[in-house]
Amino acid sequence: MSTSTASTSTSTAIHLAGISKTFSTSSGDVVALDDIDLDIPQGAFVSLLGPSGCGKSTLLRVIGDLVTPTAGTVQVAGTSAAEARRTRQYGMAFQAPGLMDWRTVRRNVELPLQVQGVGRAERRQRADEMLELVKLTQFADHRPRQLSGGMQQRVAIARALAMQPRVLLMDEPLGALDEMNREHLQRELLRIWRATGTTVVFVTHSIPEAVFLSTEVVVMSPRPGRIASRIPVDLPYPRTDETRLTDEFQAAERHVRERLHAVLEPSTAGL
Amino acid sequence: MAAIRTAPRPSATAAPQAAPPSPARARRGRPQHLGRVLRDLGTAALVIAAALLAWEGYKALGQATGDLVPLTSVPLPVATDDAAMPHVWQVLAALAGPASTASDQTLLAYYLQQTSVTLREAAYGLALGAVVGVLLALLMRQLPWLGRASMPWLVVSQTIPLVALAPIVVVWIGGAGFPSWVAVTVISAYLAFFPVTLNTATGLLSADATHVELMRSVAASPLQTLLLVRVPAAVPSFFTGLRLAATASVVGAVVGELSAGAGLGIGRAILTAAYYYSLAPANLYAAVLVASLAGVVFVQVIALAERLVLSKREN
Repeated sequence: MSTSTASTSTSTAIHLAGISKTFSTSSGDVVALDDIDLDIPQGAFVSLLGPSGCGKSTLLRVIGDLVTPTAGTVQVAGTSAAEARRTRQYGMAFQAPGLMDWRTVRRNVELPLQVQGVGRAERRQRADEMLELVKLTQFADHRPRQLSGGMQQRVAIARALAMQPRVLLMDEPLGALDEMNREHLQRELLRIWRATGTTVVFVTHSIPEAVFLSTEVVVMSPRPGRIASRIPVDLPYPRTDETRLTDEFQAAERHVRERLHAVLEPSTAGL
Repeated sequence: MAAIRTAPRPSATAAPQAAPPSPARARRGRPQHLGRVLRDLGTAALVIAAALLAWEGYKALGQATGDLVPLTSVPLPVATDDAAMPHVWQVLAALAGPASTASDQTLLAYYLQQTSVTLREAAYGLALGAVVGVLLALLMRQLPWLGRASMPWLVVSQTIPLVALAPIVVVWIGGAGFPSWVAVTVISAYLAFFPVTLNTATGLLSADATHVELMRSVAASPLQTLLLVRVPAAVPSFFTGLRLAATASVVGAVVGELSAGAGLGIGRAILTAAYYYSLAPANLYAAVLVASLAGVVFVQVIALAERLVLSKREN
């Protein structure tokens, strides 16, 4: 998968132009996204960061063609988002692992391949490869409930990777984990990302998480959801626990924090 | 599993620390399971003992006061003489006695034989009701307008008194040339399908939103989403419905037999015992007792099947 990324690493994987989304509710229209332009290069790890209600999850779902924008266009690898979803370019992971308790861990990872119509033997082999990638090989025949929350989330990531998607869309996948587990999975996620070369769009509301993971942090402001600033993170990979202690990391974190607070202040001032 | 949380390098430490949970659980599980079975049996024995005591106590009280509430002249709701309320041991003696004057078969053996006929009708009725119930639930899920339109009629179908409906079914199906057990099976299925439909329909709607979104993200067809997410998610609810349906199917089979007249089955045996009540009152109680216990066993078999199917999902 990573073979072709070297030559196309500077090309655009995701192109958003003039994206707006308005939800109609009983108490009137709510503008979730307002005129968003964003280009995400192939192989990038981009975090969408912002307070709740800033539309970051909605934007993720617009990219994944799970929510249709009111206005604007989405292009993924040169085609429409709908076409990208039809041709199975997306892997998704959510805050809840969303594993099916009537399937074993391996059969959970196999699910997207089963939907795709991949044969039984190949399905099993690819699922085992993915489980090896997330280091859960010996739990393949367990039931999801026998696993801890962090392990379940790793299974969900393996499932998202099973179809070898071009784009990995993650909606606060580590949000429900404790700090130890969370930092551990952040390292795992970077390792997997570098091993697969996938483009990742990652929704989070944690500043250190966004800085640690991303090639670029996109800060969003709420009501209506807009892009407030885009901050490239120039820390070298591989990033480790030592990276978190460096001055460069802390400077980047402070920078993102300032931008985020600049977004929050107008609304908190009014409270 | 907690070991994983604190392990900084899972590649090195996960295998030895994390592999043991399932065998350890199995080892711990067996004695716990045995303890629960023993406790359940003890509870059941206590309930039976309490019921027997209440029966005999009430009877003794009535006999002592001349069927009056103590210290008043208010009559007790049920007379306590041996014709109305035989002693427990009289009922047991009747079961141990001959089925009829010219028979060397005990009444218990005869009733069990009749009950097996009834349970077979109930099992067919339950199977038919479950199939119809699941198909209806799927249809209602796939065509919501049909579900909304048909639900009131399904409810009406269950409010028609069975004793009024059963003779009609018997006449129709008998008229079509089928043996009477077919009519009984249909009546049983008629009662059984409803709880299956209701619970399965609810289960089909209970699919996890994350699962549905996941299926959308991988461009699953509506049929794939139905079969891979909604149907498995509905299985626990289906079994809840099936357990209720098992009770209903036995009731349906017994009532169906009452309407079907001649033939075999515990329902007919109850009817016969009621005819000859004044001659052998204990026989009616014996028949009802055997029918009730058989119904309990029948429902427990379904509950056991449920536990086997769902056991892997838990823990």
